[in-house]
Order: sequence, then C-alpha cells, then structure tokens
Amino acid sequence: MEIIVDQNKCNGCGKCVKLCPFNQIKIVDRLAIIDVGCTMCGVCQELCPTEAILIKRERLNAEDTSNYQGVWVFIEQYQGRIKPVSLELLGKAKDLAYKLNQELVAILVGDKVSHLIKDLTPYEIHKIYFVENEVFKRYTTDAYTQILVSLISQYKPNILLIGATNTGRDLAPRVAARLRVGLTADCTDLDITEEEYLLQTRPAFGGNIMAQILCKYTRPQMATVRPNVFKKFQFSSNSSSPEVIEVEAKLNPLSIRTKILKMIKEVSEVANLEEANIIVSAGRGLGSPDNLYLVKDLAKILGGAVGGSRAIIDAGWLPHHQQVGQSGKTVAPELYIACGISGAIQHLVGMQTSKRIIAINKDPEAPIFKVVTLGIIGDLFKVIPLLIEDLKKIKNN
Amino acid sequence: MKIVACIKQVPEISEVMIDSKTHTLIREGVPSIVNPFDENAIEEGLRIKEKFSGELIVITMGPPQAEEALRKCLAMGADEAILISDKTFAGSDTLATAYTLSLVIKQLKPDLIICGKQAIDGDTAQVGPELAEQLGIPQITYVKKVEIPEDKKNIILHRETDDGYEIIQCQLPVLITVLKILNEPRYPSIRGILTAKKKEIRIVKANDLKANSAMLGADGSPTQVINIFTPQPHQKGKLVKLEPKDASQEIVNFLRQEKIL
Repeated sequence: MEIIVDQNKCNGCGKCVKLCPFNQIKIVDRLAIIDVGCTMCGVCQELCPTEAILIKRERLNAEDTSNYQGVWVFIEQYQGRIKPVSLELLGKAKDLAYKLNQELVAILVGDKVSHLIKDLTPYEIHKIYFVENEVFKRYTTDAYTQILVSLISQYKPNILLIGATNTGRDLAPRVAARLRVGLTADCTDLDITEEEYLLQTRPAFGGNIMAQILCKYTRPQMATVRPNVFKKFQFSSNSSSPEVIEVEAKLNPLSIRTKILKMIKEVSEVANLEEANIIVSAGRGLGSPDNLYLVKDLAKILGGAVGGSRAIIDAGWLPHHQQVGQSGKTVAPELYIACGISGAIQHLVGMQTSKRIIAINKDPEAPIFKVVTLGIIGDLFKVIPLLIEDLKKIKNN
Repeated sequence: MKIVACIKQVPEISEVMIDSKTHTLIREGVPSIVNPFDENAIEEGLRIKEKFSGELIVITMGPPQAEEALRKCLAMGADEAILISDKTFAGSDTLATAYTLSLVIKQLKPDLIICGKQAIDGDTAQVGPELAEQLGIPQITYVKKVEIPEDKKNIILHRETDDGYEIIQCQLPVLITVLKILNEPRYPSIRGILTAKKKEIRIVKANDLKANSAMLGADGSPTQVINIFTPQPHQKGKLVKLEPKDASQEIVNFLRQEKIL
C-alpha cells in the first residue's frame, strides 16, 4: 500500500489538511505532504477536489496475505442494542478463527455504547476494538466507512464479516470499494479451504443456483450474511474477558456529507419479522387484499407476525418490510405458515430454514409443498376460518 | 438537472429452470427484461426531469444484446443511452463493474445518479455503493421517497432502515439506490417506442476509456467464482388432502405435538 500525491494535480488548497482524521497532512510549498502516521483511511483521496491523492492498493502475494491476521465481526448496534445478526456472526467467526488458529475480534463503534462490551464477553472474543464518539450516534455511510477503513488499514484483519442488514449492505460495499478488496453479499455458508482461503457460498439467480467464491489476492476477505442464516452459538459461561482496545476517532464533521434530519421508527402492527417466533405469510392465493384479515387473524391468535410473498408486496397489499424472500427478508422462525403461497424459489430461499413449515394451498403441485413439515392440500378460505375457531376454543379453555 | 440512471438487463428469474440432468441453468428461451428495480430508477429520473427540466441518460454495461433493455428505457422517455460493451469487461465482478461505470459517468458530470436497489439475478446490492465510492460522491441507499427543493441546492431522501426510515438531507451530486415502492414505472407510449427505435445508442469500448487495465474485467475482479451447484432438494414432509374440518384438526394436532400450543 502506498499513498501518492500527484504534484501536477495538487494545488495546495489544504482541504485534506482539515479533513485528515489523524493530522497527518501538511502543506509545504503549495503541495500536500503526507506524514508517516498515515493510516490510509482514504478520506483525503475521497474528498480531494482535484483528485490529486491516490492510494495504491495492490494485489497481494502469499507473503503479504500472511500479514493479515484475525477474523473480525462488525458489531451493529441500534439505540444501544446489539443487532442479533452480529451475535450470530460471532458464532460462525469463532469457528473460522479456530480453523485458522487466529484471533476472533469484534469491532464496536458507536456513541455511549461501552455497556455493550459486557454483552460481548460471553462470546469468547479475543479482542474488541472499541470506538466511541458522538459522530457515530447515528449510522452514516461516511463516518462508519472512515473508521472501518482506518481500523482495517492499521490492524490488517484476514476476514471481516458484516450483517446483511440495510446498514451492513450500505456500509460493506463502500468499505470494500475504498480498500479495493472483494466482497461477497448474503453468504449462506462460510468455511475455510485447505489453502486457508475463506470459502463463501451464496445463492444467485433467485436461489436457483449456489455459487462458491474466493478472494485470493485481496485482504481482508469480506462477506455479508443475512440475519437468521447462522444460529447463535451456545457459549461457555467461563470464557475469559476480551482485551478491549480503545481507538480514538477524530473525524472532521465536514467529511460527513449527509445529514439525518429525522429518524422514524415504524412500529408496524406486527412484530419485527426477523425476530418473530411464528410467522403467518400470505400469497397470491388470497385473491384480494380484502382477504388479508384471514392471515392477520391467524397470526394474532398464534401470537405471530404477518409476512407476504413478493407477488402481494409488489401489488401493494402489504408494506415492503413484511416481504419474505430473496428480495425481502430471510426468516427462520420456530413455525412458518404459508397461506396461498405457491413457493417460487425466491420465496423458498427466504424461509426454508424455518424450524417447522406448514403450507395451505389448493394446488397439490405447488413447489411450497417440497419444503413443508406439514402440507395441507385444501381451500384456505375454508380451512383458515375453521382453524381460527379451533384455536379460539383451545385458548378459551 | 443532469441525471444518470444505471440499469442492468437480467433474465426473468421466475422463468429460469434447472436442467434436472446436468443441474445447470437453462438460459435458452428465458426472456430478458430490464431489472425491475431499475425501472423505478428510470421512472424517478423521468419525474425529476419533467419537474425541473434537464436530461436523463441511461447507462448499462453488458453484452451487445443489452441494447434492447436500453431501447425500452428510451421508449419510457430517457434522452440518451450508453452501452458499455467490450470483451475486456467480461468476468467483471461488482468492483470492476463499478469502476468501469465510474469512468464513463465521470465524463458526464451528472447531478444525480439513480440505481435500482439491487439486480434480481445477482441480488448483491453492491454496485451502487461501490460506484458512489469510486466517483467520490455520497450515497443514499434504499430510498423510498425523493424530494428536491426548488433551489435544487440539496436533496431530501427517505431511506428505509431496518427499524423504520430516516429522512436525510444531502448535497448534490449524490448517488441513490431506490426501492419498488418509490413509484409506479410508466409503460412506454407508442410514440416513445417509435422515437426510441430511431435513437442512436452510444457504444463505449475499453479503448474509449482512460482505464487502468488491471482494474477491468476478470483481472480487476477480486472475487472469483470457483464452483456452482444446485441447492440440495429438501426432505419431504407430510402432505395431506383433507376436508376443511379435518385439515384444521390436523394442524391443531401438529401444533400440540410440537408443543407450540
């Protein structure tokens, strides 16, 4: 890695001096000079008005890659709570770290989040890089990219895993592009090959095929994983406390180019799909949005959340955040009831890891029946009202 | 206002079948479409253009036949279309694709770049952010509403988060990736289709770009697909055809047995 200032392009404007989070740039004779403490975080390259700064990030050979050590997990937090997907990733990352005989490292970034260190203790983490600053109170692409790129450039991890939430899917590609490294989205499996590469498996073409991907020449090897793909692991109660390394971040507010005016928490009438134990989902078989009450009532009596297939979400029957499937959410509840859903592959990949699956559909050939625990061939307009009645009776007794 | 929309021609996923003997995708006869999320990108571009005047340029990188997808966008009302197509670009992953797109878009100097949230064949959602980074401009992903004040000094966007949404203000230029709920894409008019037929589509080859050749195509792609396979079929569960009353009882019994009730 090397940082170069193009003398023909640099006009000595000094913008980079103000923006450098690490105070490593000065202007001498109207030319930017980079000091030795540069972490290659890339803020100056990104924001230089004359594109005079270039960080050369080249392909690595085997010797270089061995300098990159450790399996990192980006801990996503929202309003002082760790997202479950980050904990699921720690379990998988622990496996990978064990196979490589490398450290398991958590990256915790936020504002007033020190209480979360305690929550991470049971996960047998070796190290936590902990960054606390007001600028990280709310997620912004610019602030989080800068801090992650600078941590990576300084401490050189071998692998970095990020949850494929809306936040993670915004952040990961931005970081990967700044570092010029490979990134694999929405992995459903991760393993280590004999040559010690990260083997990344992901669905493509709506889940019709699976692809296995390696990043041989760039580090870190980056992957995102959707919530509910890996199970949270059972940790031992006597795990030792991780070493906490506090890293200072001095981001210049000018380098954050977006401003959040307002955050609106949308408490839908149903529980968050990804965290629900029971999900009742509706498909085109319901015929019309007027019949959605069947699914909603069934969900209500079971204490579950309501989901929907792509067809009905596209038709506007339910909001997008209730969509289950490849282009919606991946869910793995204790019980999934599919009502009038034929089961296109793109839907199946979003729910097939559910513990128990019941489907009600009048078409015996519907592909959904290939993944069910219990399949009912029948008219949902007759079965569901009776089922609701039966469940009510049981509840009342 | 100069707007660029990035689109991709994709196979109609619901029509993709697997050859049961070879376990490979049967691509012959599968229709190609404009990636559905990209139609929302075009639609939003058209609406902004109609409101503020300006131009909408649509860009794709792909094989020569991707021209068909560009014609559809022209028919919807886009002013210009650019097809980035060259054997050198073959095997590009998201990073190399974003790099190549960035070289062409930099020359256009747009105020706003709109992409669909992801393509339905790869589903990575990576090209948008990777393109924004290589253009050196901010990004807002998962946009469900766009507001532009009269002075066009900045833009206000509603971005879907995992817990609701946020309202973000940002200066131009910016790259946004958009959701389906943003708008309802229009159908091309007959007149639009006729005009689109006559329009010239600019073809960009590798030689037309001042590119670092090590960053193009398979050479410039850090990710490498080493294996493709079809997912394991599932174990068959219990499938029953019963009268509604018995069906309901069957479900109740199952829920009891599994200790859900």
